[in-house]
Amino acid sequence: MLTLYGTSVSSRLLLGTARYPSPAILADAVRASKTGIVTVSLRRETAGSRTGGAFFELIRTLGVRVLPNTAGCHTVSEAVLTAKMAREVFATDWIKLEVIGNHDTLQPDVFALVEAARILSDEGFKVFPYTTDDLVVAERLLEAGCQVLMPWCAPIGSAMGPVNLRALSSMRASFPDVPLIVDAGIGRPSHAATVMELGFDAVLLNTAVAGAGDPAAMAAAFAGAIEAGRTAFHAGMLEPRDMAVPSTPVIGKAVFS
Amino acid sequence: MRVLIRGAGVAGLTVAHELAANGIEVTVAEIAARPGGGASWFAGGMLAPWCERESAPETVVTLGCRAADWWDDALPGHVVRNGTLVVAPPRDAAELTRFAARTSIFDWLDSEEVGVLEPALMGRFRKALFFRKEAHLDPRRAIAGLFDKLAAMGVRFHFNAAPDFSGAGFDHIVDCTGAHCIGQTAELRGVRGEMLLLETPDVTLSRPVRLLHPRIPLYIVPRGNGVFMVGATMIESEDRGPVSARSLMELLNAAYALHPAFGEARVTETGAGVRPAFPDNLPRLESNGETIRVNGFYRHGFLLAPSIAMEVAAHITASRNSKSQQRAHRSSQGTPLANPPHINPLQIGAGR
Repeated sequence: MLTLYGTSVSSRLLLGTARYPSPAILADAVRASKTGIVTVSLRRETAGSRTGGAFFELIRTLGVRVLPNTAGCHTVSEAVLTAKMAREVFATDWIKLEVIGNHDTLQPDVFALVEAARILSDEGFKVFPYTTDDLVVAERLLEAGCQVLMPWCAPIGSAMGPVNLRALSSMRASFPDVPLIVDAGIGRPSHAATVMELGFDAVLLNTAVAGAGDPAAMAAAFAGAIEAGRTAFHAGMLEPRDMAVPSTPVIGKAVFS
Repeated sequence: MRVLIRGAGVAGLTVAHELAANGIEVTVAEIAARPGGGASWFAGGMLAPWCERESAPETVVTLGCRAADWWDDALPGHVVRNGTLVVAPPRDAAELTRFAARTSIFDWLDSEEVGVLEPALMGRFRKALFFRKEAHLDPRRAIAGLFDKLAAMGVRFHFNAAPDFSGAGFDHIVDCTGAHCIGQTAELRGVRGEMLLLETPDVTLSRPVRLLHPRIPLYIVPRGNGVFMVGATMIESEDRGPVSARSLMELLNAAYALHPAFGEARVTETGAGVRPAFPDNLPRLESNGETIRVNGFYRHGFLLAPSIAMEVAAHITASRNSKSQQRAHRSSQGTPLANPPHINPLQIGAGR
C-alpha cells in the first residue's frame, strides 16, 4: 500500500476537482474513480467568510481526503500565503505546491518551488511539489523537506501523455524509496498505465476526467488502467526484442510429411 | 384565485406572465427597488440550448429548445434569431472538434462562410461552428418589457418589499428568490459570474460569438448600437464583490482575441452576480402544499425559465380546477418603471 507522509492511501489515483460540468458529475466521478484523495484549489474569492461554502461542503460529503493546492501562484510569497490560507480553510497541513514559471506551458518555476518548499516544510507543512522530471531539482526538493515528488509528464491539461519516458525512468531509478506521483499531462488511461508500468507510485489527473464526455465512466477507466499498470509492474514484464518468438513451442512437435 | 410571487427576476416574471395569462390574480413582491435585480441583470440572454449541451445534460435542450418561441410570443420584437457562431484561435482548433463532438444541430463553416455571416470576422478564423437555430435577446430590455406588459395586465408589484412580505390571503405562494435562498434551501449553492459591457463603433456582430479556449471559454453578445456584453466567468463562490482584476483581464483578452478593435472599445460597465445552482446545475420546481419553490437556474435563467414557468402554471391551474372555479379579479395598479434601472459606470460595488 502507498504511504504518503505516514498516511496509508488505498487508491493510486488522485483526482482534481476543477472544470466538471456540475458538482453532481464531479461527485459521480470521484465515486467511480474510488480515489481517496482529491485536490482542491483555493481562490481568493473562496477564502472569504461565507464564500464557496456550498462547494466545499459538497467536497466534504465525498468522504475523501482533501489535498489543497496553490494552483495559479507565480511567486514564492503568493504560494506560501495561499498554502497558509488553505491550511485554515481545509484544516490540513497537506499542500500541493505549484509555483508557475511560464504562463504558456504552466511549467513550474523550480527555483521558486524549492524555496517555497523549504519555507513551508519548516512551518510544518507536508509538501507535495509539482515539479519537472529534473533530477537535480528533485534532489533539492528532498533536501528542502519534501517526502513526495510529483513530476509532470507533459504540460498541465495538454493531454499529451508522457513525452520523456527515459527521464521518468531515470527519476524512478534515482529515487527508489521516494513516493513519485505523476502530476499533469495525462490524457488517456493508456498514458496512466504506461507511467505505472515504469513503477511510479500514483497518478494525479483532472482534465482528462473532467473534460471527458462521460467523466464518471472515464474515472473508472483510469482507475482500471492505473491498477493494471501497477499490477504489471510487480508481475515483471518482458523486455522487447527484435526477433519473433512463437508462443507455441516448435521443438518436439510432430512432423507430418 | 390569488397567487403571490416572491422575486421579480426572470424566474418570477415568467411565472407571473404564465399565471396572469391564465386569468389568475398575481401579486409580485420584490425586495429590491426594481425588477431583475439579481442574477438576471448580468445575464447574457443567449437562447442557446444546443451550445449549452457541451457541458449540460440533455434536459437543457429538452426544456430550452422552445425558449425563443416563448419570448417571441410574450415580447414580440425582442428575440433575434441569428444563431450562434463558435470560433477558436488557430492553436486551439482542437477545442472546436471537442465542442462539436458534444453538441448537435450545427454546421461547420470555413473562413469564407464565417466572413459572410460576420463580415467583421472575415479572415480571422479558419473554421467555425454555426448553430443556426439559436437566438438571443437583451435581458435587461426583456425584463423591463415583461414588467411593463405584466403591469398592463394587472399584475400588482411591491418593490422594496420586506423579506417576510405577508402571504396571508393568497391561495399559492411561488418563491422565485434565487440566490437569496442560498444557505436556506438544501444543496443550493452560488456560482459567481462576472461580465462587462464594451462600447465601440468599430465592430459589428449580428449574433453571439463564443470563443473557445482551453482555459477561459467566453462569449460576446451584441446588444446593438455598438454595445457588447462580454461574459462570463464561472467561479464556485457566493462572493458578490466587484469583478477581480484577473477576470477583467481574461474577459478583455477574449474580446481582443476575437477582434483587435475591441482594444479601443470603452469599458462602460462591469458587473458580478451570483447564480443559484443545485449540484446537477439543473433547475428545480418543488411544491410543498401551497408553496412552490422554483430555483437553481444556474446560467440558464432566460433559457429555462419559460419552461419551468409553464410547469408552475399547469400545477396551479390544475389545483384551481380541482377546487371551485373562481374568476380572477384583474387590477390595474401596476407600478410603472419610472426610470431605467440605475447602472453604475465602471462599477464600485457590483451594481447591486
